[in-house]
Amino acid sequence: MGAVLENGLDLAIRQVGSIILGKERAIRLALTCLLARGHLLIEDLPGMGKTTLAHALAHSLGLHYQRIQFTSDLLPADILGAAVYERQRETFVFHPGPIFAQLILADEINRATPKTQSALLEAMEEGQVTIEGETRPLPEPFFVIATQNPAYQIGTFPLPESQLDRFLMRIELGYPDVQAERALLEGEDRRDLLARLPVAMAPEQLHEAQARVSSIHVAPPLLDYVQALLTFSRQSNRFRSGLSPRAGLGLLRAARAWALLHHRGHVLPEDVQTVLSAVVSHRLHPAEDSLEQSAADLVERLLTAVTLPA
Amino acid sequence: MRLWNQKNRLKAEKPALPLEVLEPIALSWLLGALLLAAVPRASELPIWLTLLFGAILIWRWLIAMRGWSLPPRWLLLVVAVLACAGVLIDYRTLFGRDAGVAFLSAMTACKLLETRTLRDGVVLVFLGYLLVMSNLLYSQEILLVIYLFAVVLLMLAAQILIHRQHAGLKALAPIWLSGKMALQAIPVMLILFVLFPRIPGPLWGLPKDAYKGRTGLSEQMTPGTVSELSKSDEVAFRVRFNGPIPPPNQLYWRGPVLWNFDGRRWTSGAGAPRNTPVPFTPEGTALEYSVILEPSNRIWLFALDLPALLPPQTGMTSSFQLLRQQPVNEVYRYQMRSYPNYRTGHLDPIERTTALRLPARGNPRARALTAEWRQGGARPEALIDAALFLFREQAFYYTLNPPLLGSDSVDDFLFRTRRGFCEHYASAFVFLMRAAGVPARVVTGYQGGERNTFGDYLIVRQSDAHAWAEAWLEGRGWVRVDPTGAVAPNRIQDGLYAALSDTEELPFLARRGGDGEWLRQLAMSWDTVNNSWNEWVLAYGPDRQKEFLSGLGFGPIDWADMTVAMTLMLGGFGLLVAGLRWRNRGPRDPVVKAYLHFCARLARRGLARANQEGPLAFAERVAASRPDLAGSVREISRLYALLRYGPVVSTAEVRQLQALVRQFRA
Repeated sequence: MGAVLENGLDLAIRQVGSIILGKERAIRLALTCLLARGHLLIEDLPGMGKTTLAHALAHSLGLHYQRIQFTSDLLPADILGAAVYERQRETFVFHPGPIFAQLILADEINRATPKTQSALLEAMEEGQVTIEGETRPLPEPFFVIATQNPAYQIGTFPLPESQLDRFLMRIELGYPDVQAERALLEGEDRRDLLARLPVAMAPEQLHEAQARVSSIHVAPPLLDYVQALLTFSRQSNRFRSGLSPRAGLGLLRAARAWALLHHRGHVLPEDVQTVLSAVVSHRLHPAEDSLEQSAADLVERLLTAVTLPA
Repeated sequence: MRLWNQKNRLKAEKPALPLEVLEPIALSWLLGALLLAAVPRASELPIWLTLLFGAILIWRWLIAMRGWSLPPRWLLLVVAVLACAGVLIDYRTLFGRDAGVAFLSAMTACKLLETRTLRDGVVLVFLGYLLVMSNLLYSQEILLVIYLFAVVLLMLAAQILIHRQHAGLKALAPIWLSGKMALQAIPVMLILFVLFPRIPGPLWGLPKDAYKGRTGLSEQMTPGTVSELSKSDEVAFRVRFNGPIPPPNQLYWRGPVLWNFDGRRWTSGAGAPRNTPVPFTPEGTALEYSVILEPSNRIWLFALDLPALLPPQTGMTSSFQLLRQQPVNEVYRYQMRSYPNYRTGHLDPIERTTALRLPARGNPRARALTAEWRQGGARPEALIDAALFLFREQAFYYTLNPPLLGSDSVDDFLFRTRRGFCEHYASAFVFLMRAAGVPARVVTGYQGGERNTFGDYLIVRQSDAHAWAEAWLEGRGWVRVDPTGAVAPNRIQDGLYAALSDTEELPFLARRGGDGEWLRQLAMSWDTVNNSWNEWVLAYGPDRQKEFLSGLGFGPIDWADMTVAMTLMLGGFGLLVAGLRWRNRGPRDPVVKAYLHFCARLARRGLARANQEGPLAFAERVAASRPDLAGSVREISRLYALLRYGPVVSTAEVRQLQALVRQFRA
């Protein structure tokens, strides 16, 4: 069963990789995020393949997929759904919104008003939706991939820090390299490819994989290391504020999922280091007098400053 | 009887101890170290022994390399007995320094022929240390000491290799280790050197022949003794003045004073030394200086005229000669004070008689000459002038190679050959004075010396050996008269080389003012090193030790205090080292320990693990830069990561990791 599971995951990575070329690391991180039951924020310019990634992932894993295009006039009800009066039955019938899907692409989340944003984020956090006094559970698994254009674009509402914390990871896709770009230009239309994509694993298998994450072994020396990272972020004067306990839990969870994705039953320091940037870069902010001003530099600083005892 | 049988049976049943055989590589190191330990003495040993030693070394090496078998017992026995007999025949004894060292060398060689096991190797290492130390019985020169240090390091390396021959040490690892051990031993060495209580006199007796073969002044003077000595440029002593170096005509280093003349030979007639300085009336200021005397195997200490101080354990004769209780067999440093201008007291009747005594017969012409001088009723001063006038105005030559003299040596010299060295002039002068009724005596010692401009001290060599005269004058006491100065004034001012015309026989360093000046300068700077070595290492005796320690602010300190201080310092050092080790003690986790070992090996090859680098990331980086190591590095790192971060640790896997790390060669 373990091998089947791992094969399924590998296959999914390969399949998505055949569509999003040269972005294996981003794909793996996205899958890690899904296995860790977190949510993913992709921050990049339009046209970098954010949508395609989400779509391919949903396809490959056989997940029910919904895309919500966020606009400035989008209302919470447009996401969550609403009770509509049905004349024949003379009752209010709940019409679920697009959020009742397994994989949701919240496209350009920073174009919507804070009120709409928070409706989505609350649903993400709680895994359920309460409308007019009635609580409805969201499907399992429930995975949100939100995309966001870089904040300096006009007419956007950047997510506040407290909201950013709800995302387990934030990644960037970036431009493809020369070879990947060439293959992309020479290849077929991505949408046609996507349509032909077979399902790599059953939903139960994905569920099982998610359950397996918490059984990945974490040794005391590794916990020491994670704690050293957290402590450093809190004590160093480079950061405006340290990493929260939620960030610490998320880091460990993501590292476990990454280890699982790499067929390992235990977490290595390298796993922590690999997911570190994605997990903490949107949670760390430079102090005003810090030498490192970009998020990447801050993470690099954290990584090199903390010694990993042999 | 039953008991006996039982014992025998027990003995038979006891299993043989597993003997570890010496590997060829360890044996090669040992042979190399032994060879180097024997090299300094090789030319001094009997030629057959040197050849035997070399031959056995090569033979044993071939046995190890070619896998031949060791010689049979009987052959070994024959070689040993023959070597023993050879030493006996050559030296007539097995004891004493020379025979002892020869015997040690021969037996070391024989031991090599039965060396098979690790235990034999250890025995040989200690024989090797003994061999190294035996070299110090002959010389303690700085270059030799440095060389012997290197040999000790090598011997230690061989010892390390013998004990760890299966540890798979890399080629230079034993040297590296022994160097490290030697460095760690330096503080202990310094503490022991500085604080180990120095006891006046030798702590244990060395064989009688340990000090033979020193050149130097002798107790008696015949024509030729001083001139022979002048052909050596060995250093007699060095002097450091507490002020400017006085002019050459004050640099008369007083040695044995000779009273008795038998017509040919002058011998000393000094009375017993007293342990207080002989009083005299100083005029003018004193000279303060310290003398660093080379070993002479004599009890004489040299001082400028006239000494007013006694070094410890030293007495002074009535002729102002300093005598130590023990012969000077080590570099010996002492403080002195002298007054170059002085008046001595009256002459007691016994001394006067001795100072006028001449052989009953012989040298009639000299006696006739003095009788002639005395007819004018001349005063003693006028008689001295007459004698000096004779040397100055007649055709006297100053030469290292005077012709042989007949039985009336003084007559022969004064009226026939007229060629002589300082002993001829001093001897003839004193003879003339005594014949003329002026009390006189011969003084031997050294005159002058060479200033070392680098270290600002004076070097007195054997070639500065000199003989002069003293005459006793009413009212002034003993007055120094140097007849050589009348013949060759520049002998006194500029040294021997300037005064001689036949200088071929003078050794290079005695040719002061000659050519090859830059080479002399080089020799002088080297002499400065030697002098410091002498002053601070070889002459570090009881007096120097007290002086040094009180200079450090300890005040007067006796040997008991020193022992306590030494013990405390050694103990403190031990505690310090133990404390440091405790603080830096490695992790107890064998997994981490093995991995750290592995990392250290890679770090030595320039592949250090970064602070934050995880095991697998590090392995990949190493594999990228050293593809030849990729396999083993990946395997070790994978196993380590599993053991360190995985859920279960099995002893077998820990062992496997340890074995892999042990076999790992970067």
